[in-house]
This record gives sequence, C-alpha cells and structure tokens, in this order.
Amino acid sequence: MLYADTSRSRRSLVAAGLGLVLALSGCTLMGDDSGSEPPTDDQQNHSENAGSTDGTPAKNGEVVLVTHDSFTLPDEVLEGFTEQTGYELVVRASGDAGSLTNQLVLTKDSPIGDAVFGIDNTFATRAVSEGVLAAYSPSDLPAEVTVHALPGDAADHLTPVDYGDVCVNVDDAWFAAEGLTPPRTLEDLTDPAYQDLFVTPGASSSSPGLAFLLATIGEFGEDGWQAYWQDLMANGARVTSGWSDAYGVDFTFSGGDRPIVLSYASSPPFTIPEGEDEPTTSTLLDTCFRQVEYAGVLEGAANPEGAQALVDYLLSDEVQAAIPDSMYVYPVTDVELPDLWSQWADVAPAPIQVDPALIEEHREEWVREWADIATG
Amino acid sequence: MGRHRDRLIPSLGVGLLALVPLAFLAVFFVLPVGGMLLRGFHPDGAWDFSGVAEVLGRPRTARVLWFTVGMAAAGTALTLLLGLPLAFALYRLRFPGRAVLRAVVVMPFVLPTVVVGVMFRALLSSGGPLGFLGWDGSWVAILLAYVFFNLAVVVRTVGGLWEGLDRRAEDAAAALGASPGRVFRTVTLPALMPSIISAGTLVFLFCSTAFGVVLTLGGLRYGTIESEIYLLTTEFLDLQAAAVLSVIQLLAVVVMLALAARGRARTEQSLTRTRGAARAPRRSDAPLLVVAGLVVGFILLPVLTLVWRSLRDASGWTLDNYHLLADPSASPALRVSIMEAVENSLRTAIDATVLAVVLGLCVAIVVSRRPRGAAGRRVVSALDGTFMLPLGISAVTVGFGFLITLDRPPLDLRTSAVLVPIAQALVALPLVVRTIAPVLRSVDPRLRQAAAALGAGPLRAAWTAEGPVLLRPLLAAVGFAFAISLGEFGATSFLSRPDRPTVPVVIYQLISRPGADNLGMALAASVVLSLLTVTVMGLVERLRVGSVGAF
Repeated sequence: MLYADTSRSRRSLVAAGLGLVLALSGCTLMGDDSGSEPPTDDQQNHSENAGSTDGTPAKNGEVVLVTHDSFTLPDEVLEGFTEQTGYELVVRASGDAGSLTNQLVLTKDSPIGDAVFGIDNTFATRAVSEGVLAAYSPSDLPAEVTVHALPGDAADHLTPVDYGDVCVNVDDAWFAAEGLTPPRTLEDLTDPAYQDLFVTPGASSSSPGLAFLLATIGEFGEDGWQAYWQDLMANGARVTSGWSDAYGVDFTFSGGDRPIVLSYASSPPFTIPEGEDEPTTSTLLDTCFRQVEYAGVLEGAANPEGAQALVDYLLSDEVQAAIPDSMYVYPVTDVELPDLWSQWADVAPAPIQVDPALIEEHREEWVREWADIATG
Repeated sequence: MGRHRDRLIPSLGVGLLALVPLAFLAVFFVLPVGGMLLRGFHPDGAWDFSGVAEVLGRPRTARVLWFTVGMAAAGTALTLLLGLPLAFALYRLRFPGRAVLRAVVVMPFVLPTVVVGVMFRALLSSGGPLGFLGWDGSWVAILLAYVFFNLAVVVRTVGGLWEGLDRRAEDAAAALGASPGRVFRTVTLPALMPSIISAGTLVFLFCSTAFGVVLTLGGLRYGTIESEIYLLTTEFLDLQAAAVLSVIQLLAVVVMLALAARGRARTEQSLTRTRGAARAPRRSDAPLLVVAGLVVGFILLPVLTLVWRSLRDASGWTLDNYHLLADPSASPALRVSIMEAVENSLRTAIDATVLAVVLGLCVAIVVSRRPRGAAGRRVVSALDGTFMLPLGISAVTVGFGFLITLDRPPLDLRTSAVLVPIAQALVALPLVVRTIAPVLRSVDPRLRQAAAALGAGPLRAAWTAEGPVLLRPLLAAVGFAFAISLGEFGATSFLSRPDRPTVPVVIYQLISRPGADNLGMALAASVVLSLLTVTVMGLVERLRVGSVGAF
C-alpha cells in the first residue's frame, strides 16, 4: 500500500526510459548492421559491407584484406583500388603481426579473408609452412623489391611491401649537454660509461623488442647473445613492456632519464624542435634489425583474382608513396620519400640478419631464455 | 490444486526467464572457449594431453599462478578497505559536491589501461615527481593500479545498498549504548555483507585477469596467468599450454565463486529500506572523511596529471590537442577523426548496455529467488556463478574462439559488427547482475506472497513487491554497463572494424606512434572519454535523484 500512490508515475517513467533506450538501440543496431542502411558518406562506403558479405565476397566483387592494427592508408589511396580494379575493398584489422599470423593459421580451413598484409619476416616461415598462403607473387618485380624477398620457396607466397629498421636511438642533445660521446655499437651499450642509460621494450611483449633480441642474436651468434644480455642487464639496462612507455616515459627526449632507447630508424624526424630544422636525436645504424612486411593471397580465398589484384596494388606508386606518412615505415619500391624522411631518416646500409627459418625454429626457446636473463 | 498451480507457474516463468541469457552465454562464451580448449587438447582429431604435465611442471607456471592469485587477493582487500569509507561518505552523508564526487570516482574505470600505465609511470619513474618512492616496476605500482581501476566497483555496489539502508536499527543500537564501532560491526556490516562479497568477487575477477596494466607497471618481471595465455596464444601458438592455463584459470574462478556464494548465502537477510537515510556530516565522521579524502586525492592525481599534460605542448599551455580531435586528417595514423570514434563508441555502448541490462535483469530476477529445496537453491547459486565466468577468462581465448567457432551459418558472425557490443555486454553482464541481485534478494519474499494472497497474479505480485526498489539499482546498472562499454579495450580491439574504431582503440593507435601530436591527441582523447563517462553517469545519477521521492 505504501507504494500504491506513486507506482503509476514511476512506471510511466520506466516505460518512457525503456522506450527511449529501445528506440536509440534500434537505430544503432541498424546502423551497425552492414548494408541495411545506405552509407552516409563516401568515407564509409568502401568497407560498409564488412559485416555480412564475408561468405560471398566474389558475388559482390569484394576483396577482404586481413591485416594487423597498424595498417592504415589514406582514404583516397584505398578508393583508388576500387577505381582501378572494380573490386570493393573490405579491411579487417586486429592484433600485431604475430597475432595476425596465428589467426590465419587457426582459421585456415575457413579463411577470414582473401588477401593478407602485414606478416613480417619473423613470422613468415610459420605462415608459409602452415599452408596459409596460396602461391602468388607478381612476376615482374624490380630488383629493389626482390632484395627484400624471403629465401627459397617462401618468395612465391609472400611479396615484400614495406620495411622498417629497428635501431638504438640516442638523444644527442642530452649527450652534448653532459659532454659525453654517444655510443655507436651494440657492444658500447655494455660499456660502464653508459651505465643506467639504456631502455628497451621487452622481447616477450613488444615486436620492436623482439627485433632487438634478434639483432643481438644475429650480431653475437646463437651461443653468444646470452652473455651479451647478461652484461647489458648488469650495466643497468631497463626493460619496459612496450615501445610507447620506453620512448614516451623513459627516454630523455620525452622527459625521462634514459638518453639511449630502442626505437626505429624513422623516429629522429619526429624530434625536430619547433622553429628549428634538425632533429635532436639520431639512430645508431650499426644496431639495426630489419623488419620486412609482406602481402599474399590466402589459400582457399573466395576471391583469389581480387586478392592478386590487391597484392599488385600494394606495390603501386600510390600505395608505396603513402606508406611512410601512414605507417611510419619505408616503401620497398624506389618512389620518392617525404622530404623529412630523405633528409633525416637514414636506413641501415647493412642491417643485422637472422634467417627467418631459424627464427621460426627457435623463437619460443629464445624468448624464454631471454625472459630468464632480462626479467628474472 | 489452485495452491499447487500458484506455486508452479511462477517457478516455470522464472525458469523460462533464465533460458534467454543462458542461450546467449552458450553461444558467445561456452562455444568459443570450448572451441579453443578443444584445439588445445584435441588437435588433429585425437585427444592429446602430452604437454599437460610439462606445462604444470614448469617453475614459471607455479610462480605465475601464485603471483596472480596473491596480487588479486591483495588488490581486492585493499580496494574494499579504501572503498568502504568512500562509499559511506558518498552515499550516507549529505554535502555539497557529492554528485560530482560520485561521478569522479567512476572516471578511472573507463580510462584506457595503456594511458593510465603511462601516467602512473610518468609519476613513479625515477625521473618523475614520485620517483623517490622507488615503486616504478614494482608490485606496489600494480597494486595501486588495481585499486585505482576498481574503487568504482566497490563504491557503487556497496553504496547502492547502503544508501537505502534503514537508519533506525543503527540508531536503536546506539541508543542502547553501543559504540559507533560496535554499531558498525554488529548492525551495519552484516547488512552490507552480501554487497561487499558481491563487489569483492567482481574486483577479484577484474584483478586476476588484468593484463595491460600489469605489464606496463610491473615491467616483464611479473607474469600473470592472463599475460602467459596471451603470449602462448598470439606469439607461440602453443595452444595446448594455453588450454592448460585456461583450465587452471577456470577452476580457480569456480572455486572462488563457490566460496563467495557460500559466504553470501550465510549473510543474506531481508532489509527494510527507507528514503533519505543520508545525513549531514558530524564531527565523529572526521577519521572516515580523511580516509575518503585521501582516496579521492589518489584517484585525482593521475587523472589531473593526464588533464595537465593534455593541455600542454613544447611551447606551453595550448588547446591544440583538443582542436585536433575534430580533424579527420590530424593524424595520418588514423582514418577517422576522434569525434567520429566518439560517435562509434556511443552507438556501440547503447547497444551493449541494452543487451547487458535486459539479460542481466533476467538473470538477477532468477538468481534472487529462494527456492525451498536444497537442489533448487544449488541450481540458482550455480546459475549466479555461471554468469560471472566471462570475467575470469582470458579475452584472447574468447577472441580467438570467436574466430574458430562462429564461422559457419547460422552463426557466421566472425566479421560482423554486432560482435563488438556482444563482447562488451558479456563483460558488463556480471556487473549488472551484481548491482541488481543483492537489492532484489533483500526484498522480503513475504511481500510477494502477501500480494499473491491478496489476489495479484505472479507478475503483478513481483512488480508490486520488487518494482519499487528496482529502479535505483537498474539505473546504476545502466550507468555501469555504459561505462564498461565505453572503456572496454581487450575484446573490442580484437573485433572492431578499422573504419569504425571506438575511442580506446583510437587512443591505443595514437600512443603507439611517434610524434608529440599523436601523444597529445591520445591524452586529450582520454580526457574526453573520461568526461563523457562522467557526464553519462551524472545524468543517470540525476535521474535517480529525481526519482528518490517515489521510494
């Protein structure tokens, strides 16, 4: 009885609230449901159908590109593919290169797309040997592209699209202010003169971190890198979980207390102070490991022709020229680089190499051994 | 005959009510997780348990297990200890600014872990203002982050019940000469216990599956089960080892839920509810208010650091980072402007909230019934625990499971946009249940029986008895579900489409790229996300205040 007087108004409030919520959700669900609502603008147009067309892309003339979450290209470049080939492009992106490769392996019996971009040289062997990829690579690749190709048969399955050098960076401004000479090589990092000055993301949680571990393995050999890492840790190296906090928190350029950081050869152009024209940091080109990213056609693709056309398109001048500014890596063809890059983002003349097959064979063992040494 | 029917029909109806959420859970949780476990133990068409002993024998496995459980327990205890004074201050006392503080407490809950990690480290690292504490890369930092993220759960779950608690029992005890401490121990605490256990369970599950924040703040020294499963699945593709750890995770969660259910069953009681139980602060509240104030300060420190840094660039104070949010070409790393991402986030959040609240309400009604038979009680209790499970299982297991199990019609949903709100609803569902069920359970079943005796049908009887107390927790649940959806990153990053990213996904992309602009935008976007949440929760709060007169 206590509630009798008020229950009516309360009930109508609840009803109104529920109605409002349902109405709102009605439009959002419909908005999310691909295709049932006309695309609102051009920008959503080309990938509007990601939701429902997975099973039958060929009928609609669609190509589904599976890629990692760092993939991005300007809209006009993506639209260019549709204009040139008539295929509609649908992009599905998630995870990093490792997660991407493993998704493809797990779903190889019913592939989640037609083409893949973003498998790198550390995961390429797994993708090829697990039978995830169909044999396709453009036939007339120029020499500047084939120089990045995988060894052996793998080259028929994966086509190089871009590359980036993971290298030690130093804060030149800090070293100048302290009156110290910056290090030059990997060995220098174990020199007591540079004690407590180096920070790197870890190999078990970060892909540049893994690249740095591979650089030390390539440099000091399969039996020598453990001793190097012991010396490095003894010299006070700091290991963080990811690149963003190594570079964004610990690096002196970002206000931290470590003037030597593991980053990319393309990082220095981003450290040019406002109103000046020279970066205050630089790359140690003798410490680099090269990550090459590949594209390929998926085995069992619903639209293999479309996928092949997409792999070809990724090597076109439009895409290649857009790669540096969009994805912060270098194009494989010899298109012109942005001014800042050609001036300040040098690539390593002779990056440290490790055979991709060897990486696939030992990755788990190396990372576990590394974790024991570097993270206790 | 008539009496028999009266009892049968409600229980039948209640049983049917459970079917919808159960079907949802079966398709979007049991199926994907089962699929991943099967891939681990049943590869290539034959059972294979060869790796189990080896995985269990690794010294790292034991270390990771103990660290996960120990830290989650410590995190839960500390969060409860600090959360209760705050819940008291914000829900039992009346003072100006209370509504704002209630909203502020929720801010951390939605901040992207990667941003909080960077803010905490900026404060604690050897070059930071609190570097002298030496907490950078230590377990203390992880513990603080657990508290930071989960305080909202305790404050709102316990506060929701505390707010409506009748003061007269406390007053009577005090009038009979009990000290304030004794009143709290013997009267207040027992009444709050079910909600404290509920909140503790949730916090424990959140802590034991925390991932990004453990890595960022603890460095790589401290692996948790969650980070091991992630590494094994996404890097090593060692599915059997991942499956072994998932089963351990599952068992641990089930044991913990069973203990919590027993504790709750022992402490449950019917409560009398009142309105306006809040009073003005007294001198004797001072110690609790000091603790509550310190806790609020602790929340605000990283949040204000974030706001401060988002308003600065190399040359000083600036609003540039915020201007860039509306510009789709501000960062070449993004295909949409952050304002578009905000819109995506809001749309997704509405869907996820409706799903979670509707399903959660069904579950809460079912699990708040108290069947007479022991078997019936066990079923209800098992059902209650079942819907908590998604919080205790690795997001990467569920995400990969979606890919390998939802790949055929009629459930070919792998690439569908509806998976995002569904995954978020799965995370929000336990909170919705935990917010609503304790309140429903505290309604004396005799009220319903009385209504039935006066001739009301089963629905009408339930509505008359429980409807009036339902509104408050329902609104709280809506706010919570919305906040969870806005902040969810793990599952969303795995499922969202690149042309429709949500705000946390965009923030992650920005903070992983070089350039001061990208970092600045990531910080500004975090502030916007946080303010958005506070606004939504504030609106919900207003709605509640407006309806208080009805109770």
